[in-house]
Amino acid sequence: MIEIIASGPLNSVQDLGRRGYRNIGVATAGAMDPVALRVGNLMLGNDENCAAIEIQTFPFKVRFTRTLAIALTGADCKARLDGQPLLPWWACTVEAGQELELRFPKGAARGYLCVSGGIDVPELMGSRSTSLRGNFGGHEGRTLAPSDTLAVLDGPLPALPAGGFGVTPPSEAVREHFPVDADGTLLLRAIPAGEYALFKADAERFWAQSWKISAQSNRTGYRLSGLAIQPETVVEMRSYGLVPGIVQVPPAGEPIIQMSDANTAGGYPKIAGIIEVDLWRLGQAPIGSRIRLVQADTRDAIAAEEALEGYLQAVGRMLQALALR
Amino acid sequence: MNSSPQPLGASPAPALLLTHLPAKVSMIGSRAFLIDAPGDFDLAAQRRIWALSDALQHEDDIEELVPGMTNLLVVLKQTPAAPDRIIERLHDAWSLARELDRPGRLIEIPTCYGGEYAIDLPAICDFSGLPAAEVIRRHHQATYTVFAVASAPGFGYLAGLDPAIYMPRKKVPSLNMRKGMVTIGGMQSGLSVLDGPNGWNALGSAELPMFDPYASVPATLAPGDTVRFLPERIEL
Repeated sequence: MIEIIASGPLNSVQDLGRRGYRNIGVATAGAMDPVALRVGNLMLGNDENCAAIEIQTFPFKVRFTRTLAIALTGADCKARLDGQPLLPWWACTVEAGQELELRFPKGAARGYLCVSGGIDVPELMGSRSTSLRGNFGGHEGRTLAPSDTLAVLDGPLPALPAGGFGVTPPSEAVREHFPVDADGTLLLRAIPAGEYALFKADAERFWAQSWKISAQSNRTGYRLSGLAIQPETVVEMRSYGLVPGIVQVPPAGEPIIQMSDANTAGGYPKIAGIIEVDLWRLGQAPIGSRIRLVQADTRDAIAAEEALEGYLQAVGRMLQALALR
Repeated sequence: MNSSPQPLGASPAPALLLTHLPAKVSMIGSRAFLIDAPGDFDLAAQRRIWALSDALQHEDDIEELVPGMTNLLVVLKQTPAAPDRIIERLHDAWSLARELDRPGRLIEIPTCYGGEYAIDLPAICDFSGLPAAEVIRRHHQATYTVFAVASAPGFGYLAGLDPAIYMPRKKVPSLNMRKGMVTIGGMQSGLSVLDGPNGWNALGSAELPMFDPYASVPATLAPGDTVRFLPERIEL
C-alpha cells in the first residue's frame, strides 16, 4: 500500500490512457508525459501501460507500507526518501515505513511515481486512468488527497542494483531529435490543419512568434498568450472530433491546444495539429514557459518516432544487461 | 446551423439527389484526418457520414472512427509516410458512401419542463417571441435524431429541433450548470451529462442517466437513435 501524506490538488492515477471510446464522448485521459511513464515502468520490469501517480502539484509526500521497487521519472522533483536525496530518473527499492517527498520542479511540470506491479485501481473501459472530467476511473474518479491509500498490484520484486540505478532522460538522450531554441523556447512540430488557409497573413505570425503558456492551462488544454491571430473570414463550424495536440483559435485569437483530458469534440477553427510524438514535451512545459510551433510533415514525425523508439530500446537493453528483464 | 423549415427527422432525400460534391479532407496532427461532408447540415449528410464510418470500420490501419456533425474523424494506428495517399483514399471512400438508414432505438426521456433549473426559459421565450407553454410544447412534440455522441461522456447531439425555438448558444457560458439539464444549443437539443460550464440554454431537467462507465454499453444514446422528451411535469 501507498499512503498519501500530503498532496496538492491535481495529482492523479494515470496509465497510457483509455483508447477507443472517443465516439461516445470519452477522452483518452492518460499521462501527460507518456514517455516518462513508459520508461518508469520499463525500469521496474512492468508492462509499460501500468498505472502510476502523476504529480503536478506540490508538496507531495507518501509512506510505503511494504517493500516495493519504485521509479521516479519526468520532472526532477528533488525527491527525498526519508530525507535522503534521490536522483531524477532513478529506480530503487523502498521498505515498509519509508517516506518519499517530492517538491516543486524547475523547468518541467510533471513527475511520475511508478511502482513495481503498478497501482491497483480498477480497470474501467480498458484503462486505469482517472477521467477527471467524467469523474470515473483511477482512484474513485478523482484527484488524490491526504489520507488516501492506494493498493499496489502483486508482482515479483525486481532485483535492482543495491542503492538503485538511473537512466538518461529522453530530453538529453535524444536531444538532437527534439530541439529547443537557443533561448530555451520549446520547439514543437505541427502540421497545418483544416482552417489553416483562412488565416492568410496571420499564419506567418502563428509560426514566427513564441507563445507563452498561460496560467489557464491544465490537463484539459493549454491556452497560449501572444499576439492574436484571426482568420480573414469567419466560418461557421460544425462540431468535429478532436485529438490531443490540435491547435484551435477561439474568437479572441489566442490559440488553445487540447491535451489529455480534452473534450472529444469542439467547434473552433483549427489552424494546426502538433505531431503526436512531440506531445510528451508539451506535457512537461510549465505555465509561463514559451513554445514556438515549427511547420513539419509526417516524415519529420516518423523520424522523431524512430529516434524515441531507439531510445526506449536502448533503455531496454541496459535493463537486460542489469538482468532485470 | 440549418434554417430550413423542414424538420430534420423528415424522410431521407432520394439517392438521386445525393451530392456529387467532394468532401473536404484535412489533417489533425500526425495521424488523424477529418472528413467534412459538403453541403447542408442535414440528416442526409449525416446518414452518409454513418455509411462512411461503417465502410471504414474494418480497415486494418484505422484505430478509431469518431462521427461528428456531418463530419468524421479518422485516427490511424500509425503515422503515414504518405498522407496524400490517405487523403485520396478517404475522398474515394466518401464518393462511394451512400446514405445509411441506421435502425436506431427509440429512447424516451421523462422531462420536467420549467421550474428552478429552467434558467434560460425566459430568454428562449424572448428570442422566439413565444409564450413558455408554447416553447415547451414545440420542444416535446418534436422527434429528435441522435447525430453524434461526443464532447462529454454520453452526450448526444440531437437534431430535429423546431426552428421556431432555435436559440443561439450563450456568448458567456453558465459556469455551474448541473448535469441532467434539457437544453437547446442553436438548432440542436441535448441533455447535459456533466456539472460545469455550459453554453447551451436550459428549459427543463431529466433524470435518465446518459452514461455508466461500469455498463457493458456505457452510453445510453447511439448515433441514429430516435429521442423523444416526455413532459412529466410542467412548472410555469
